[in-house]
Amino acid sequence: MASTTGETLAAAEPIADGRTEEGEEEQVVNPWEVSAKGGKIDYDKLVDKFGCQRLDESLIQRFERITGRRAHVFLRRGLFFAHRDLSDILDAYERGEKFYLYTGRGPSSESLHLGHLVPFMFTKYLQDVFKVPLVIQLTDDEKCMWKGLSVEESERLARENAKDIIACGFDIERTFIFADFSYMSPPIYKNIVRIANCVTGNKIVGIFGLTLEDYGGKFFFPYIQAAPSFPSSFPHIFSGKYSKLRCLIPCAIDQDPYFRMTRDVAPRLSYHKPALIESKFFPALQGESGKMSASDPNSAIYVTDSLKDIKNKVNRYAFSGGQDTIEKQRKFGANLEVDVPVKYLNFFLDDDAELLSIKEKYGSGAMLTGEVKARLIEVLSEIVERHQRARAAVTEEMVDAFMAVRPLPRMFG
Amino acid sequence: MVVTGFYPDNMSRLNPKGPIIFHTQSLESRESSLSACSFHAASINPFLKSLNRNLKPIYSPAPRPPLLIRRRRRSMAFTKDQLLARLQELKVEFLSCDHPSVMTVEEQAKYVGHLGGALSKNLFLKDKKHRLYIISALANTKVDLKILSQRLGLGKGGLRMAPEEALPEILHVALGSVTPFALINESARSVSLLLDKGFKSQRYCLFHPLTNEVTIALTPSDFDKFLLSIGHEPAYVDLEDCPVVGKDNPPDLAYLIPAEALNLPGGADKVPPTSAPAQTNATLEQKTKQPTQKPKEPSKEQKQKSGNDKPQINVDAVADSTNVEKFVEKVLEKVSNVFISELSKQSNAEDGNIKDHMLEGVKQRVSSDLLSMTMTLKNSVYTQGFHAGIESTLYPLANKKIVERK
Repeated sequence: MASTTGETLAAAEPIADGRTEEGEEEQVVNPWEVSAKGGKIDYDKLVDKFGCQRLDESLIQRFERITGRRAHVFLRRGLFFAHRDLSDILDAYERGEKFYLYTGRGPSSESLHLGHLVPFMFTKYLQDVFKVPLVIQLTDDEKCMWKGLSVEESERLARENAKDIIACGFDIERTFIFADFSYMSPPIYKNIVRIANCVTGNKIVGIFGLTLEDYGGKFFFPYIQAAPSFPSSFPHIFSGKYSKLRCLIPCAIDQDPYFRMTRDVAPRLSYHKPALIESKFFPALQGESGKMSASDPNSAIYVTDSLKDIKNKVNRYAFSGGQDTIEKQRKFGANLEVDVPVKYLNFFLDDDAELLSIKEKYGSGAMLTGEVKARLIEVLSEIVERHQRARAAVTEEMVDAFMAVRPLPRMFG
Repeated sequence: MVVTGFYPDNMSRLNPKGPIIFHTQSLESRESSLSACSFHAASINPFLKSLNRNLKPIYSPAPRPPLLIRRRRRSMAFTKDQLLARLQELKVEFLSCDHPSVMTVEEQAKYVGHLGGALSKNLFLKDKKHRLYIISALANTKVDLKILSQRLGLGKGGLRMAPEEALPEILHVALGSVTPFALINESARSVSLLLDKGFKSQRYCLFHPLTNEVTIALTPSDFDKFLLSIGHEPAYVDLEDCPVVGKDNPPDLAYLIPAEALNLPGGADKVPPTSAPAQTNATLEQKTKQPTQKPKEPSKEQKQKSGNDKPQINVDAVADSTNVEKFVEKVLEKVSNVFISELSKQSNAEDGNIKDHMLEGVKQRVSSDLLSMTMTLKNSVYTQGFHAGIESTLYPLANKKIVERK
């Protein structure tokens, strides 16, 4: 039985490719592959296997109490559903002890879709309500190693992605964006080596499923993703009384392996274990068969999509749980379990009352698929339009400023 | 890197295979240090050819960066000689006359009356809120402090003589040497200067140049030039005018009240909170009008307040004015209030609920966009300020004082 409270690497580690001892293929969830038998990811099993905890109603209420506002729609609707040590962070915050946020992106492609934006939208919410600083790691080196991109191309993609990230509305007064290739410097490199000295190749193989055929960089990269969890990697931001600041990492659940390893190492370097708040995978337009893929343009809504594209994609490719004919639909109603538009509305429609009404009517047959899709198109268009407007205002100078190694004197407001 | 030095004229004198020292100015270093790189003589030609110019070889040091036109004031007291040097720099012509120390205008007249200029009497005053004023009037002008106090909006007995300690502390002059020139000192930044409009028609105006052992005479326009050079807009006032100040006639000189009070020596009173709103407004305005100054705001404000609890007010004011959510809230509130009142004019009071409901709906729909747009504005403005800061490091000598103060 996997432990749900304390975790050691040995107990909670899944075998990298998800196979059970009998060799039966179950679901596979790791930073490079997400797939499941039957298409549907069993998140309960995943939480058990990984050894993290579910984010329950009481924690959400605690959020609302501490921040004084309604919790973010992603929290309320269960998109961010698991965590590690989140209550410790909240306890400390209530005592007046601050923390910082750390999230990142692997810049493998120039075009981002809404699924990519999810962790950033949520991180922005966390930054706003807690008024804490944020570091964002662009792992251009990772994409160089795994995708075989050239160094220059990875760097270029990182910068392009940075613009979309900035467009999510982060506050430049308390945000530092960095790309591994350009930020590598004594403070962070020393931490990387310290971490490397704590984790054997065997462990890396065990967590990430690498073999001796893989290039050595892949063994080394996990240390690089771990390092920003320690504030001394950013002495220009966290010095003096902030040199042991706690860290909270919002990410998708497939990143959990990296941070399990980091949490194991942290006490040995006398740092707080980084806390995690993890999200499910955003369903692809065609249904629950894994996460959105950057290689299939019709599997997701891209931030560069025009209003026409959005309408087209939703109408033609969004998997519907509605019945085949209008008569059947009126009689039996829609299958809300598999209906993708309803799932999307679940995450993007803020109005609880309206969502409930749509679910009732659609489930009973009073509402047609076309109507639900139309509402979804409206909601998505607003989000994408807002993003595009913000993106258009991001200049090279702004990227430079976000990425400049500079102190953040007002990072706690 | 900018190549600023070139090899000597007569190349034949050089060993063509040997190295040549090139002096370059590194744009990345904070100081305009000159670092030397050596090249082989033979490799210079292609390089110069690539610049595509007919370079006359001159060996010259790096060009000096241009000085800021407006000098930063020093934090220590100015002396008479420094003041006179500054006047000379400004190309202000003046006549200077030494004499024994004089404490009154009558005495002064004995020594400098022959210059044919207008003697000035200078009063150093304070109000109940510890704000400071210098009133500089022609010797003959009647100065009625009660009337001036009312015209400034300070009530009937608002103006008093400033405490003696303020003279050396704020103006850095001795007793009997009050002069508008004292405003050259950083410490006198917030002192308001009222000038007798009678000065404008005089050929020369006579003032003490920070000591009452000397008098200088200069033309009114040159005097204005000096004031502008220290960032002071000259305010000429008819000091003898006595308008009735009341409900329908607001105090006509209220615009001359200083933005902030100073911590006067020996004053046990705390700085009144009225200065905080002024600061907030100043910060808001400065934020929108002069984005380049934004990153420096916090430290400047911290320096202005020397008391213990004062930084509290300023830090919160800056935090408030850079908070995107609060800003959007205020905007929406303002618009809502106006909307409600306009709507009330049209329909009757029973529609109250509908109005509120509608308003809530409008706010909901417009909030996300407003927040996004405002954050974009904030980030853009910070970016401009940041780059201005970076570029100002190209002028390290000129900005040395700013850097030192940080």
